Amino acid sequence: MNTGDNLLDRVLASLGAQALETGMAHGILVLQIAPDSLVPVVGRLKREFGFDLFLDVTATDWPQRRPRFDVVYHFYSTRDFVRVRVKTRVEEADPTVDTLVPLYGSARYMERECHEMYGICFRGNDDLRPLLLYEGFVGHPLRKDYPKQKEQPLVPYRDVKP
Amino acid sequence: MSATTPVPRQQKSAAFEYLTTRKDEFVGWARKFSLFPYPFVTACCAMEFMSVSSTLYDTDRFGAALPRFTPRQSDLLMVVGTVSHKQAPILRKVYEQMCEPKWVIAFGVCATSGGFYQNYAALPGIDKIIPVDLYIPGCPPRPEMVIDGIMKLQDKIAGARHPIINQDF
Repeated sequence: MNTGDNLLDRVLASLGAQALETGMAHGILVLQIAPDSLVPVVGRLKREFGFDLFLDVTATDWPQRRPRFDVVYHFYSTRDFVRVRVKTRVEEADPTVDTLVPLYGSARYMERECHEMYGICFRGNDDLRPLLLYEGFVGHPLRKDYPKQKEQPLVPYRDVKP
Repeated sequence: MSATTPVPRQQKSAAFEYLTTRKDEFVGWARKFSLFPYPFVTACCAMEFMSVSSTLYDTDRFGAALPRFTPRQSDLLMVVGTVSHKQAPILRKVYEQMCEPKWVIAFGVCATSGGFYQNYAALPGIDKIIPVDLYIPGCPPRPEMVIDGIMKLQDKIAGARHPIINQDF
């Protein structure tokens, strides 16, 4: 049985070479990796270190930065009660990362949400239909350049007399 | 038993044998005490709706307690909570399924104006898509405000014209 800190130390020692940057944030191990090494790294996290629960995938938009987007993954170990955060950077021109559906089935829905909100494409996920939004919605509302109050109503508005 | 006692004739009293009223007042009086709400409940205002419906505040006193869960049997549409753009077609369809006469209450600030949801997702007030008779602000509104709103709606119904035959029928 690993204690949490030992596990994170071992993860760091084992995967640190593939990470561009590492750190700790609020007790979470943070690994910054290249998009190409996402699936191998996550596969090792799952198989060798027991991170069996896929918590979330989301993105961060840095409009002034190149590459513009961080894709952020969180994993949890239900055996050791520790979390690890994996970040990877993608360009605005080609915001594509590989899907994690073969590793975690729950990634299917979370990647759908990340796709509609940030426009991140997940290569290999065949179901990226809108989840919370609707067909016909143009743009990605959680990107910083989406106008804050822009609406895309489905029902035409009434003519309200002043 | 020699003889049956004759049944006394019904005595007619002099007072209140009939009364006169205007048709609109009479129909309005009848309609204002038989509001059958359809709760279109989408968000956290539902808690306040339950509170105002149940014993302590008791909208049954106003004849507005029995919710009908089909729009065809109801005549008061209570839109309780945030309506998103994705849900707007459903609200529109529910409103169109209701028979005349019908009234609409926007319950809470989200249904009234969108509240603090001024973004891509939320409809900024249900009056953008359906006509609203009464707005109850508040996040959520106090039960007293809801009762005040129902009474105001009753006043509105009582004072309105009620054509028995209109252009639709």
